[in-house]
Amino acid sequence: MKTTDLPPPEPAGTAGTTEAAEEHSAVRKTAPPPPKEPAKGKEGKTLNVFSHGMLVLWAFMVVMPLLWAVMTSFKNDKDIFTSPWSLPTSLNFDNWSRAWSQAHMSDYFLNTVLVVGGSLIGTMLLGSMAAYVLARFDFPGNRFVYFLFIGGMSFPIILALVPLFYVMNNMGLLNTMHGLILSYIAYSLPFTVFFLTAFFRTLPSSVAEAALIDGASHSRTFFQVMLPMAKPGLISVGIFNFLGQWNQYMLPTVLNTDPDKKVLSQGLVQLAVSQGYKGDWSGLFAGLVMAMLPVLAAYIVFQRQVVAGLTAGALK
Amino acid sequence: MKHGQYRFIAGFLAAPLAVYAVFVLWPFVQSIYYSFTDWTGLSPEFSMVGVENYSRMLEDDVFWKSLQHSLLFVLLLPLVTIGLALFFAFMINVGGRSRKGAAVTGVRGSSFYKIVYFFPQVLSIAIVALLFQFAYNPNSGALNSALKAVGLDGVQPNWLGDPGLALWCVMAVLVWSTVGFFVVLFSAGMTSIPKDFYEAALLDGASRVTTFFRVTLPLLWDTVQSGWIYMGILALGAESFAVVQIMTVGPGGPDYSTTVLPLYVYMKAFRDGQAAYATTIGVALLVVTLAFAAVVMRLGRRERLEY
Repeated sequence: MKTTDLPPPEPAGTAGTTEAAEEHSAVRKTAPPPPKEPAKGKEGKTLNVFSHGMLVLWAFMVVMPLLWAVMTSFKNDKDIFTSPWSLPTSLNFDNWSRAWSQAHMSDYFLNTVLVVGGSLIGTMLLGSMAAYVLARFDFPGNRFVYFLFIGGMSFPIILALVPLFYVMNNMGLLNTMHGLILSYIAYSLPFTVFFLTAFFRTLPSSVAEAALIDGASHSRTFFQVMLPMAKPGLISVGIFNFLGQWNQYMLPTVLNTDPDKKVLSQGLVQLAVSQGYKGDWSGLFAGLVMAMLPVLAAYIVFQRQVVAGLTAGALK
Repeated sequence: MKHGQYRFIAGFLAAPLAVYAVFVLWPFVQSIYYSFTDWTGLSPEFSMVGVENYSRMLEDDVFWKSLQHSLLFVLLLPLVTIGLALFFAFMINVGGRSRKGAAVTGVRGSSFYKIVYFFPQVLSIAIVALLFQFAYNPNSGALNSALKAVGLDGVQPNWLGDPGLALWCVMAVLVWSTVGFFVVLFSAGMTSIPKDFYEAALLDGASRVTTFFRVTLPLLWDTVQSGWIYMGILALGAESFAVVQIMTVGPGGPDYSTTVLPLYVYMKAFRDGQAAYATTIGVALLVVTLAFAAVVMRLGRRERLEY
């Protein structure tokens, strides 16, 4: 409604003196800027206060639940129930040690590290191999294979998980680490192939040709020439896959029900159920924060790369 | 040479394609086939039953409720999330206009906001869901005690226990956890819009609202559209499954007020031992997902602006 950004033909401050405009023309030449500037500044200010207010409010809404969880993880159970918002009366570090050892958080961490470690290496290796071939070689069926891969991005995974559960059961892969690793790799491939195919296409072909002329084999060219050149793309998609696999919940919930092999996210849910019975809420909050902090810390340290990795796909 | 090249291609594609086919493609094909059988999942025997599962699905009240909730998710969540994110991103990047020197600038502390807003994105959806489950706890949760603290003792909603409120609580969590991603995504798009465009709009006397709708949004349209599809798939898939399964009683309750299609597939297959019927619901989910993507692509199609 207020379009005062438009330089007003008659500055408000001089409205009363229009009759005398002729005589004051010399003055008015220099006068307009002062009345115009404050008016514009004022509009900018009220909008700024509003916009800044909204931004602060959302930042507050994002940080508050996280801080609340950290605070709660140091309280004893009684304080959690009677005064959820008060600061802890004393720092109960035993909540943390209880969650780490008794509530199996250490096992969940180890399982997650093993599964994500294996599946991340596998995803990057298989994904870059397929993407390289699809991006740089012309062969019959190239487009078909490419669309087979990227089609997987838009299908509801839960639909495939129903038969997959029984397929993996028959193959003896259910409730095993390597079974989980293979399924993580398979469901990470669509995006990885999609992203890396686009990336390999942007790389110059002259270097690879030079390597081939020098007598390097195709696979040697790939591993020693093309992969190092593709490093920025590999880092982006690697971070994307790492976070996705570290935080994965649906695949392990369906395919990995053995209590001893649970990964972090499903372990926490398991913990919420069991600690609920025991009434050990402080231990549970300690577990939650324990799972939360490493990822947040890693994000703050590698902020630029993480953001680039997670948003790269949608921008391409 | 040519022969060696094909051997290389086959060698490089074999492993990725094999893993992908066994774990993704084959189960998809199978699940569509199983939806025409009476397979329970518990025994290997089954027989073809034609479209019996489908006609059963059409008379299943819980299916309709799940479909209704999933449709609400896919219509409302992208709208709210992307709307909020566009607003925040515009404020962060173009909001601080009145400073000297440049025609458009971000508000002070814009990089701080981008960092903080992104926090939920790096957390597991399971952690987020658990956290909010406690915040929503009617007796000792953060929300109700905060209401008490400001003197609203009379307003103590049952949140997740209230059939009329539970679904909105779940949706709020999904909005909370995804807005930051889109703020950062749109910010990246907005910074690549040349400043001259804003300067020209400013000189022509455009207000900020006009600038947003006439300059920013059209130039950002491709990003918004792919973001819309991304958010829709997320609202129909794993994310909505996780929050509903973790946060609500039942899960899907109270009284099926929060059940969504992916959760119903999961319950039928792994709790009720009706694997064939579960795949039938899964096929319905597939149809909804593809229809959504097609509609967004079609409605969003407009001339691509080059700049």
